[in-house]
Amino acid sequence: MTTLRAETRPARADVPRVTRDVSALPTYGFGPTSPMWWGTLGFFVVEGTAFALALGTYFYLVQQNQQWPLAPAPPNHWAGTLNTLLLLASLWPNRVADRNAHAQDLWRVRRDLVIMSVVALAATALRIYEFTGLGVSWDQNAYGSITWVLLGLHLTHLVTDAGDTLVLTALMFTRHATGKRFSDVSDNAFYWYFVVLSWLPIYLTVYWLPRW
Amino acid sequence: MSDGASATGDLRDTSLDGPTLNVRLSRVWGTPRGLLGALTTVDHKIIGRRYIVTAFLFLFLGGITALVMRLQLAQPESGLVGPDTYNQLFTMHGSTMMFLFGVPIGEAMAVYLVPLMVGTRNIAFPRLNAFSYWVYLSGGLFLWISFLLNIGPDVGWFAYVPLSGPEYSPGKRADVWAQMITFTELSGLAVAIEIIVTVLKQRAPGMTLDRVPLFVWALFVNSFIIIFALPAVMIASTFLILDRLVGTHLFNPAEGGDALLYQHLFWFFGHPEVYIIFLPGTAFVSAIIPTFARREIFGYLALVLSLIATGFLSFGLWVHHMFVTGLPQLGAAFFTASSMLIAIPNGLQIFCWIATLWDGRPVWRTPLLFVAGFFFIFVAGGLSGIMLASVPIDTQVHDTYFVVAHFHYVLIGGNVFPLLGAIYYWFPKFTGRLLSERLGRWNFWLAFIGFNVAFFPMHISGLMGMPRRVYTYGPEMGWGDLQLLSTAGALLLFASFVLFVWNVAASLRRGDVAGPNPWNAGTLEWATASPPPPHNFNRIPLVTHREPLWAERGGLPVVTGLSVSHRELMVSSVAEAEPQLRETSPAPSIWPLVAAIAVGATFIGSIFTPYAVLWGALPVAAALTGWFWPKAMPEDEE
Repeated sequence: MTTLRAETRPARADVPRVTRDVSALPTYGFGPTSPMWWGTLGFFVVEGTAFALALGTYFYLVQQNQQWPLAPAPPNHWAGTLNTLLLLASLWPNRVADRNAHAQDLWRVRRDLVIMSVVALAATALRIYEFTGLGVSWDQNAYGSITWVLLGLHLTHLVTDAGDTLVLTALMFTRHATGKRFSDVSDNAFYWYFVVLSWLPIYLTVYWLPRW
Repeated sequence: MSDGASATGDLRDTSLDGPTLNVRLSRVWGTPRGLLGALTTVDHKIIGRRYIVTAFLFLFLGGITALVMRLQLAQPESGLVGPDTYNQLFTMHGSTMMFLFGVPIGEAMAVYLVPLMVGTRNIAFPRLNAFSYWVYLSGGLFLWISFLLNIGPDVGWFAYVPLSGPEYSPGKRADVWAQMITFTELSGLAVAIEIIVTVLKQRAPGMTLDRVPLFVWALFVNSFIIIFALPAVMIASTFLILDRLVGTHLFNPAEGGDALLYQHLFWFFGHPEVYIIFLPGTAFVSAIIPTFARREIFGYLALVLSLIATGFLSFGLWVHHMFVTGLPQLGAAFFTASSMLIAIPNGLQIFCWIATLWDGRPVWRTPLLFVAGFFFIFVAGGLSGIMLASVPIDTQVHDTYFVVAHFHYVLIGGNVFPLLGAIYYWFPKFTGRLLSERLGRWNFWLAFIGFNVAFFPMHISGLMGMPRRVYTYGPEMGWGDLQLLSTAGALLLFASFVLFVWNVAASLRRGDVAGPNPWNAGTLEWATASPPPPHNFNRIPLVTHREPLWAERGGLPVVTGLSVSHRELMVSSVAEAEPQLRETSPAPSIWPLVAAIAVGATFIGSIFTPYAVLWGALPVAAALTGWFWPKAMPEDEE
């Protein structure tokens, strides 16, 4: 029918030239080997961009106002500081959980996940308490709004991680706790690094910038 | 780690051949028949097809709103629609075209084609893919049902504050717009991550980065633009909804907020958005040209680098949408320079394509005709873009029909023409039948002439001072004749789409049977049957060249060793595509749909009460737990 059709060669799919066999490859991997690790990294980028823009908004509003904060006093930082210390300290058990997941040591992984679940729940509870010390309401002025937004945005990450870790902990106490699930534990630990590290600029901005 | 080769009941493709292998794999990877099968499928081809059809449906709805506006403007002081309806019409038109068609259509084509082109069996995170489609569909339906209930947004597709804020837009219309954004951006972000991971980790062995098809490169870069740009509009629309619903003051200057902040956030997304719409167009062009020029693409490396440069530069232009907002002059000068700078990588691409055609033996079939139309229209739009990059000109024609003409030349030229070419090109792969060539030529010429008759006069209307977004004008303005001409062109353009639908419907039943590779093209999607079987390839090909089917005329070399008793695909290394894992791929599941319903109910509920976010969190969490909890099936137990 056309010049293009005439050039088509007959398909010879029935005589495959096998050049390689991958039977011996493992069925799951850790870190950059695993697609899930890259997917998690993709979500870091998305959420990290959202954090960066929310922080950018904060600085933009600082510039737009002669006085900052738009409140009689800066927020009480003690609950936030305590939470920051808790989050930083949690990096160690998180690292241990990751290492034990790589080693596929089920008993230790269970122990570590229980610890990390408690940490995530405690950080969430502490975060909710942090709102009481801000000294400004979200509907009072733009300073109150952006402060609540930043804290709230990070709170959603704490809640997500707490939920995620609790489900994974439950999972590792069932018969499903095999093979690829250890890779999931490792990815969960990877996510926690992001939750902790993304908090640090928010902590400095919300609690210390108004004291500058 | 398991040594599956010796595991009982795990049959490998090594020991099977020909039809037996095909039947076996089709059973393992197939989608069950019936309603439940349709609702649970995770096959990227089925979901991709749905995405494409849905995006086209929204293109038609957006087109109909445009047509009503054109009919209204065909003569001065027409009474066809009133100002309120007109405000909703142009808002629906812009929002639908940008968020329900422009972004999703590129991703839709990627969802179908990228896994085939990189030689894998399914997209990465196939359940997330199913989820994202349901979320997208819900967002689109939410917007259009609201419109039918007369609560369609009426604040423009970018919903600037203070107009869209609590003071000037009481009621729910602006909230509908803001939550539609949340739906569509959530789904867009999810798909972008799937594409990135599919390209990075699931390429067939041998497909090193310099053998990745340009189509895949373009959509890969596009996905990166998406994950950096879309969060900005989500932040903007979320802040807007917070100001409107819970009384925050982020955009309220009276309480320390700032209205211009909204524009910065919006256009930090909005300008890359133009490239999110254009890059898929370049993907289609880069796939169509080598096939019909009968030679490899000229300047592969230059094209890849241009794509990446465009991706970076697209984030440095946003302020040129805000030249009349009273910004410091230095800022305006910087953004003028960067707006002109981005013409360089784009120009480079055009020259590479022209060089490919010039040195090839072009076969002028319908897909290539649409590419030629793209050259003409897009370059014309690019030139008026360079004019607009200059602050004095922009100040003069800001918010006039000149701008309307410019961005339709860029968007329709840069996306819709290549897209129609792409549908003509890949329709045989999607359906097994070719579209009619005769109708295709009619379709092209009607669209090309109709488009130019509709939009070229708008440049002049704009220079004569006709503003955008006015529902009518007086006869003394002298715009009537040009407006009538534009309406006639719009009718022609619409007719070309009716012809397109007719061609699709007729060819589905009576079109020529295509066979695996009707165009004798070189990339991997043409190495399998049309339409492809559920598992895409009986055996994973080994890639030795940028155009594998041209290099391996005697049939592609293959790799064996994957399971045929459950869904398993090959995971490979990022740069060299060296096989690393045999990983299971998720089986069909109803949970993505359940999760999408829970998420959708939460989003919609939240415009009525903020507590919906709290209540909604429970069903969402339950659905996600159901989704991730392993089931008694081999895919989950590996």
